[in-house]
Amino acid sequence: MSALWIALIVLALAAGGYVLGRKRALASVGGNTRHLHSLPSYYGANVAMMAAVPALILLVIWLILQPMVLNRMVAPMIGSVAAGEAGEMSLVMSDVRRVADGLDAAVDQGVLSGAEARDMQSDSTDVRATLSNVGVALGSDVTAETLSAAQRYRALSSTGSLLMTVVVLAVALAGAITATLRTHRDFRARNVVEHGMRVLLIGAACFAILTTLGIVLSLIFNTVKFFNLYPASDYFFGLTWSPSFGGGSSLGILPLLWGTLYISVIALAVAVPIGLFAAIYLSEYATPRIRAFAKPMLEVLAGIPTIVYGLFALLTVGPLLVSVFGEGGFAGVGWMQGGTAVMTAGLVMGIMLIPFVSSLSDDIINAVPQTMRDGSLGLGATKSETVRQVVLPAALPGIVGAILLAASRAIGETMIVVLGAGAAAKLSLNPFEAMTTVTAKIVSQLTGDADFSSPEALVAFALGMTLFVITLGLNIFALWIVRKYREQYE
Amino acid sequence: MNDMRQIERAVDMKQTKITARGVQVYYGDNHAIKDVSVEIADKTVTAFIGPSGCGKSTFLRCLNRMNDTISICRVEGDILIDNEDIYDPRVDPVQLRAKVGMVFQKPNPFPKSIYDNVAYGPKIHGLARNKAELDEIVEKALRRGAIWDEVKDRLNAPGTGLSGGQQQRLCIARAVATEPEVLLMDEPCSALDPIATAQVEELIDELRQSYSVVIVTHSMQQAARVSQKTAFFHLGNLVEYGETGEIFTNPEDPRTESYITGRIG
Repeated sequence: MSALWIALIVLALAAGGYVLGRKRALASVGGNTRHLHSLPSYYGANVAMMAAVPALILLVIWLILQPMVLNRMVAPMIGSVAAGEAGEMSLVMSDVRRVADGLDAAVDQGVLSGAEARDMQSDSTDVRATLSNVGVALGSDVTAETLSAAQRYRALSSTGSLLMTVVVLAVALAGAITATLRTHRDFRARNVVEHGMRVLLIGAACFAILTTLGIVLSLIFNTVKFFNLYPASDYFFGLTWSPSFGGGSSLGILPLLWGTLYISVIALAVAVPIGLFAAIYLSEYATPRIRAFAKPMLEVLAGIPTIVYGLFALLTVGPLLVSVFGEGGFAGVGWMQGGTAVMTAGLVMGIMLIPFVSSLSDDIINAVPQTMRDGSLGLGATKSETVRQVVLPAALPGIVGAILLAASRAIGETMIVVLGAGAAAKLSLNPFEAMTTVTAKIVSQLTGDADFSSPEALVAFALGMTLFVITLGLNIFALWIVRKYREQYE
Repeated sequence: MNDMRQIERAVDMKQTKITARGVQVYYGDNHAIKDVSVEIADKTVTAFIGPSGCGKSTFLRCLNRMNDTISICRVEGDILIDNEDIYDPRVDPVQLRAKVGMVFQKPNPFPKSIYDNVAYGPKIHGLARNKAELDEIVEKALRRGAIWDEVKDRLNAPGTGLSGGQQQRLCIARAVATEPEVLLMDEPCSALDPIATAQVEELIDELRQSYSVVIVTHSMQQAARVSQKTAFFHLGNLVEYGETGEIFTNPEDPRTESYITGRIG
């Protein structure tokens, strides 16, 4: 029975348990709910919870663990064939699983009978041909070991599934029965459900944290693998970036970091003044009616997908810049060779960040107490004097935090760079030249046929890790500043 | 600062500083001040008393046009300071507020040093030609705010780090530093403890030597202690205005008597 069906049955059991528990609770007081400790629905919810939660958790754990255990059990059978490296072992094992899946499919479609699939020998039957008939293509002929391992895998996994069905349903039933038996007028179902709620919420929080941890760990493992293949000093201090999958590539991060920082600085130079001034206008000068209209309009900018900004950079801003700064342009300087340049990406990224800066700064400026403004105005200061000398200094830490958050977004931005800044990793001061960033290079290293044991592919993880550390640092710094600011007024 | 010192209440000789005639204030559709006419004397402490929401703070804020910062607020009638209509279109509200200082209910020092808090007004109005003059102005203002001795050793410490009472005296010093002619105080002691209140009240009494002080207060004892003239507001109307001693001992209007004896409010 498939996991989906098991889950549905468990849920049906829980629903039945709800009705049963409710009924039993009511029966225990002869229908007078006042004598119950909790509302009747709590007794029902208690039974449903006891039936569903442990069973579903067990189901999920079983589904995760079963393939691992089966691998362990089958692996010794082909140990003699490919006792090579871990990488090869996993290749063989995936072959085994493929054959096993193919046999399943063949049985489902009636090409093979169950007994045939179980007893098939690789020397008497052409397994590869049989399986390709049912739509499972194999790379090579199936060896005897692989076939027998696959057959064993099939047998084990069907036993496992059967066992899983029985155990999960038994747990669900047991939970439902115990909870139903416990349902009595004095049973504190409300408190138990409350406790269950808490556990559920804790579980959700843990899930988020564990996922983050998992992502970081996978980054770290792959980064360590990369540094085993490629010297760390060349990576951190290398001045050239020229990966070649044939080997002999130089993977220095400095040109990429330089491109990232250059583009981010230009983006912030655009976004911070405009965003900040817009925020000051919105919070200090605009009438409520204008504000109610302008603020959502500004925030629409934040809803545009970055790929659309990328198109804007590629099709509009790039050509425009070329017509001014390019060969024979209005400015007559000929600095710019093509539409893709640091300037193009930086300007567009700046536009993307404007709503980010303005909306955060607006909130922070609004948090400055009105009494502060009154104090300044009451002394005969004008509005702009008040903003410049009282409101902004008071809001400064928060604004710095907002800018740092915007900076960490700029550093992590990919699509605008891919489309707007080009792909050449260069160390140059000219903002009209094409350069590239860490994120864009991660994309280009992993797209296409990547061999995950070569440093050229693994470097993507090291780049990701570097980026992660930088943005994490920026975010922590920004949050620290914002929090410090909040303490001032609350 | 105890009782009704009748001798000090001889205010008849004083000139009129502020004249209000037929003032109406509307917040949107809400008629907050109804036809208030009052004459406030120079070098006198005038107290506005009355129950919450009676319009006394609103009227106070009309005197330096702080209500201009509230977009739905509309003021009608004439308010004259030194016989000059402050709602005349030629009058710059910013200049007016330099002349009519204000101290607020909650101490609101800027997040700057104590020195910069006091120097803020003189700086934006260009009252000091150089640093030495500015230092002098700051010291003078802090002395008049009766806080100089407490802060003279830490002028560069943030103003927000002072205690509530010190902060309020700092705000008074800040208001005094711009050399105003009128000082408006909107419940200046409501956020302070009794000791700080006593200090501020003593200060108000001293400020009377140089300014016309208008104070809004919820505490009738405070009005009786610090003021020479008292105005009683009720539901947007100026019910009674006169010598503080008269108002508290022999009120003419029954509403005033009810409020003072605690029956309404």
